[in-house]
Amino acid sequence: MTTEPAAAAGSPDGDVLRVEHVSKRFGAVTALTDVNLRLAKGEVLALLGDNGAGKSTLLKILCGFQPPDSGRIVLNGEEVTLKSVDHARELGIDAVYQDLALINQLSVYHNMYLNREKVRWPLLNNRAMRREAKKHLDAMGVNIPSIDVQVARLSGGQRQAIAVARSVYSDAKILLLDEPLAAMGVKEAAMILDLVRDLRDQGEVSVIIIAHNYGQVLEVCDRVNLLQQGQITFDKKSSETSVVELTDLVVAEYRAALEARHRSA
Amino acid sequence: MSETAEQRPKVADPPSGGPAQRGDALALLKRSGGVLVRQRETTIFVVAVLLLIYFTTKSSAFLSESNITNLLSGFAAPIIIIAIGEVLLLICGEIDLSVGFVFLFAPFLMHYLIDFYGVPVIPAILISLFLGVVVGWVNGFLTVTVGVPSFITTLGTGYILYGLTLTTSNAYPANVPTAAESIGKYFASQTGGYAWSAVIWAVILVAIFHVVLTRTRWGLHTVAVGGNLLGAREAGISVARIKYGSFMICGLMGAIVGLQTAFYDNTIDPSAGGFNAMFLSVTAAVIGGTAMLGGSGTIIGGFLGAIVLATLQDGLSITGVSANPYFIFLGGAILIAMIANVQLARRRAAGRG
Repeated sequence: MTTEPAAAAGSPDGDVLRVEHVSKRFGAVTALTDVNLRLAKGEVLALLGDNGAGKSTLLKILCGFQPPDSGRIVLNGEEVTLKSVDHARELGIDAVYQDLALINQLSVYHNMYLNREKVRWPLLNNRAMRREAKKHLDAMGVNIPSIDVQVARLSGGQRQAIAVARSVYSDAKILLLDEPLAAMGVKEAAMILDLVRDLRDQGEVSVIIIAHNYGQVLEVCDRVNLLQQGQITFDKKSSETSVVELTDLVVAEYRAALEARHRSA
Repeated sequence: MSETAEQRPKVADPPSGGPAQRGDALALLKRSGGVLVRQRETTIFVVAVLLLIYFTTKSSAFLSESNITNLLSGFAAPIIIIAIGEVLLLICGEIDLSVGFVFLFAPFLMHYLIDFYGVPVIPAILISLFLGVVVGWVNGFLTVTVGVPSFITTLGTGYILYGLTLTTSNAYPANVPTAAESIGKYFASQTGGYAWSAVIWAVILVAIFHVVLTRTRWGLHTVAVGGNLLGAREAGISVARIKYGSFMICGLMGAIVGLQTAFYDNTIDPSAGGFNAMFLSVTAAVIGGTAMLGGSGTIIGGFLGAIVLATLQDGLSITGVSANPYFIFLGGAILIAMIANVQLARRRAAGRG
């Protein structure tokens, strides 16, 4: 419509996604309290926080797995109700889970096309899927021994890369990466971070990286949000913060928790 | 020992190229061996061939047409057809213990409909087949929607069907309705040209479901559901639809076999089917390489497994082994086939490194 990429994002302020005053409870447990979050087009946002801080809950709300109790989700300037994972995916929001949702027993290309297979009715069009998947993985710089190999035979990093590639390839505009570097070696992690960096440089896909270990993700993200006890307590550009500052924040939280324990003991 | 024997001709080649060539030959052997090892159906295929050779040499009557049709249509076809359903269920992580009682009840239902309710033959046959689909749906509902493990669900529905059959038939055999006989021979028969009917059905169904499992979205999703239930769900696959569908297919297979067996034996027998028919099919599936924990398996493997079991049954009876030690051989064959499978799987896993 217009040549300005920022305006093309839809929302007047350029945000593709805004989370406004979202809260979620599970019985007596409050998982999220009045969470506000925004994501600009092409931005990579790191969502950090301790285990149990509410990261996974927020992720599940954003990918349509569960609805919030209150609050709004605004996509490209319009309020949306995410009815299901499928619905969120139709709207361009796709999550790459820790457990990867890959099927070990299936080949790389079948995994790439899982549930959006190319079909020449009534049969699968394996040739087209194999060709397209290979082209796409090559373009993304993902190195795997063969497109026909079962994903069970791949390393953790390769599996993660395929999961990310699958989401990007399925026209996801907002990618939610849940602990993409968990249990990954240095080389493997570098491959994934490169993938995210490429996505950021291309500027088409916005990414939220949910991470526990912020040291690694800080260098590829534009902005950092810290989630503590169900609330966003920190929102800064990554150029304006540092591993030291984040560590101090987390250590302070840890100390407070320790003191609370000792007081109650 | 055998290794040196295989190498000998290679050593006779020009001496300069000796070691390298020997290496190539070994590599080739290893590679072709690897291809065989990777094919999950290999073990069972080899076992089937060995058994066929053994019984051919043991008895001159083994290869006669009447015995081959008896082996294939009488023994193998029922196991093959039900194994199709069990393979699909095992792959998606479920099992159906009730299918042998669908087998049992379906021909009685046809008999009641035709002889007691005056339903025309073709609708009666279709309704009896549909019974299998309905039982499959109930199994799916109780397992997927209510959440009872399929082992228990299908045990329950199986016993109910067994009781229904015994109650309604007073545990007496019934005659195949005369009106159905003319159509029945296309299902199965022991006479003349129709002696192949049952096994032709079995082969057609194997071909169809092999393609369904390996070349369609449905098949891919079946593997996905059994391989990673959560992952399949996250990818948006309707897990319930796959499982309901597999139960319904399995039930339908049971009903087909029930009618076939009635037509083949020309009687409706209250002691037919049951757990024995079901376990033979599950055994065929498993010795054919289908994983009991889901995620992998092939229809062809189930087919070959059924051929092995049928060859044992038929071969032992034609070579005059009494019915009593038959089960010793059956048990032994199952264990040998499975041990070979497990060993090969280990080698496959080791070959990954």
